[in-house]
Amino acid sequence: MGDKPSTRPRSGTGRTRRASKRDDEVALQGPTPDPEFVQLLSPDGERVDHPDYSVDFTDEEYRGLYRDLVIVRRLDLESTALQRQGHLAIWASLEGQEAAQIGSGRALRKQDMAFPTYREHGVLWCRGVDPTAPHGLFRGADHGDWDPSEHNFNLYTLVIGAQTLHAVGYAMGIGYDGKVGTDDGEAVIAYFGDGASSQGDVHEACVFAGVYHAPVVLFCQNNQYAISEPVERQTRTPIYQRAAGYGFPGVRVDGNDVLACYAVTRHALDAARHGQGPTLVEAYTYRMGPHTTTDDPTRYRNGSEVETWKQRDPIARVRTFLEKQKIADDAFFAAVDADADRITGRLREYVIDMPDPTPEMLFEHVYAEGSPLQDAERAWFRDYQASFAGEGH
Amino acid sequence: MAKQQIPLTGAQQLTIGKALNLGLRRALEDDPKVLLMGEDVGRLGGVFRITDGLQKDFGEDRVLDSPLAESGIVGTAIGLAMRGYRPVCEMQFDGFSYPAFDQVTNQLAKMHYRSRGRITLPVVIRIPYGGGIGSVEHHSESPETYYAHTAGLKVVTPATPRDAYFMVQQAVRCDDPVVFLEPKARYYEKGEVDLDAPVASAEPLFASRVFRAGTDCTVVGYGPTIRVLRESADAAAEDGRSLELVDLRSLSPLDLDPVYESVRRTGRLVVVHEAPTNLGPSAEIAARVTSECFYSLEAPVQRVGGFNTPYPASKLEEHFLPDLDRVLDAVDRTFAY
Ligand SMILES: Cc1ncc(C[n+]2csc(CCOP(=O)(O)OP(=O)(O)O)c2C)c(N)n1
Repeated sequence: MGDKPSTRPRSGTGRTRRASKRDDEVALQGPTPDPEFVQLLSPDGERVDHPDYSVDFTDEEYRGLYRDLVIVRRLDLESTALQRQGHLAIWASLEGQEAAQIGSGRALRKQDMAFPTYREHGVLWCRGVDPTAPHGLFRGADHGDWDPSEHNFNLYTLVIGAQTLHAVGYAMGIGYDGKVGTDDGEAVIAYFGDGASSQGDVHEACVFAGVYHAPVVLFCQNNQYAISEPVERQTRTPIYQRAAGYGFPGVRVDGNDVLACYAVTRHALDAARHGQGPTLVEAYTYRMGPHTTTDDPTRYRNGSEVETWKQRDPIARVRTFLEKQKIADDAFFAAVDADADRITGRLREYVIDMPDPTPEMLFEHVYAEGSPLQDAERAWFRDYQASFAGEGH
Repeated sequence: MAKQQIPLTGAQQLTIGKALNLGLRRALEDDPKVLLMGEDVGRLGGVFRITDGLQKDFGEDRVLDSPLAESGIVGTAIGLAMRGYRPVCEMQFDGFSYPAFDQVTNQLAKMHYRSRGRITLPVVIRIPYGGGIGSVEHHSESPETYYAHTAGLKVVTPATPRDAYFMVQQAVRCDDPVVFLEPKARYYEKGEVDLDAPVASAEPLFASRVFRAGTDCTVVGYGPTIRVLRESADAAAEDGRSLELVDLRSLSPLDLDPVYESVRRTGRLVVVHEAPTNLGPSAEIAARVTSECFYSLEAPVQRVGGFNTPYPASKLEEHFLPDLDRVLDAVDRTFAY
């Protein structure tokens, strides 16, 4: 997939064809689906031109994006169902954020590194990590049992904002390794939410990124809520505008537009890998479901708001576009659904059959070099467990 | 489904969660300077609903949905306290109290000392803590040692609805910073609370309590392990052993006189907590009891706690957490000498 944006975006250059509200109104009036942002595909499936960003996908690549979007949504719905049926302890749904995740995830090049929150199942998919990988964490079987270096996708981070600093440090290391400045240079992406933007760690990540000119893209999915708190509880100014204060560009993108998310992220990553420093991207989107399966969003938002955002569904617009442009036919859509059935079926089987961890795993990997205290406790625990043998426990 | 309205007077069967909610309501009523602040505490009523309905009744200037920033919550609470307010901060989960660690340990704990008594900071930091709820990582921590280890902070933890109701009000009235640890796995345990009883009639906030008399071995716990102590005493009774149970209630200051008195009679002590044992509260208690009651002890003090590992994935937490079997195993050990 290759788009070649020619110029570095000016800070906050998002412009759409449609009339848009002024930013200060946006901040004071609460979530609106139509702020000023970069958009390349409208909610009704029309291509939109933008002076700074474009994509030149082949038909096959367009179809690939659609397939990604559908599959990650289906995996997500299946995961929610698995939680409801008692096979997972909790699930954090990505519904509504598929375009932000597939767009940015597909914009990553193989050598790039991603630092997710706990919701980036779509990015995980793009990185080629097995889509069943996060389910051990959400089932309570492990803390995220995949190898971050295998697919350049770090473990999920549950402590809000912490991973943004890790991402910046990793990016600083890329700089010190001399891996920037060429087409095959490396870049890093750090995911975080609108709520996270309030954390000291995120501020410090931006400070370090700016000061060290780190090859990093700080990618904020503004899904309008941090659990129950709307984004106005976090900030009065649009999040992307903060970048100016740190000395690097910020741009807001229609987070429900996979093409725009791809173009903006690819552009920012390529700038980073070429030694042009960090970018803050705000993907303006909406969390369609509850915060997690333990949340009850009816306590803090009304159904009409959700309905408004349904009109901006990230998948429907791609499908409309593919149909209108005759890029895909019914056979293709049926094949994608069949693929999704197969992949979600595999997920279901995997989760239901997932073995419990063995008790001795408690004591494994506390230290790289081991430690006598843990060794002693492990030995004690072994004897203690053996003392129940034959008691019919 | 209409919510069941609990009459706000008389003796009521309440959960710990509801008792905290009513205790906070009383605190807001009693003193206009009391503020609640935290993530999701307003509109949502907190993820555990401990502040349910309070923003609706007291307004957004008394019950603040704060930005998602724990250091910010505690840091601004310090400023509010300097300005005469009495902030009650909620940390959403134990693991998320750590981003506020500098403000709590360097700032909140030390301001009175540094100002040579000119500044008092009546701030309460409520933290749901402990494991056993099948949650993901950072949601089951036992951070009490960090806070109890920090001079300048007081640390208390209720284990019954009655204590929850009164202790939270006492904590709000305390002129020192109080870390108020709520055993989240017990939020739904029920017990009787007399809502008409004045706060002044409650036991002192920083006192421990013998809550079950026994003769053979003293077992000390607090917060989430109190239920385990009760179960252990029941099981031990079936085997003909009589355990005396102590609820510490306060970890800083520690009120150990009732423990000494008990150990002098039983000659045996087991200390139980979910926190890892290494340098944990039980280490301090064992040291003090050993020096105060050396000639009464029939056996070394035994400790039952979380292992010295990070809190495991929840499928393993039953092995990590002290349970009846591990408490009885420790009691057995005190009889092996
Ligand atoms: C430091 C910290 N504080 C509190 C929490 C509890 N918590 C989990 S998710 C969340 C809201 C996060 O909102 P946002 O950053 O917008 O991301 P989203 O969940 O909407 O994707 C909160 C408060 C946490 N995980 N970490």
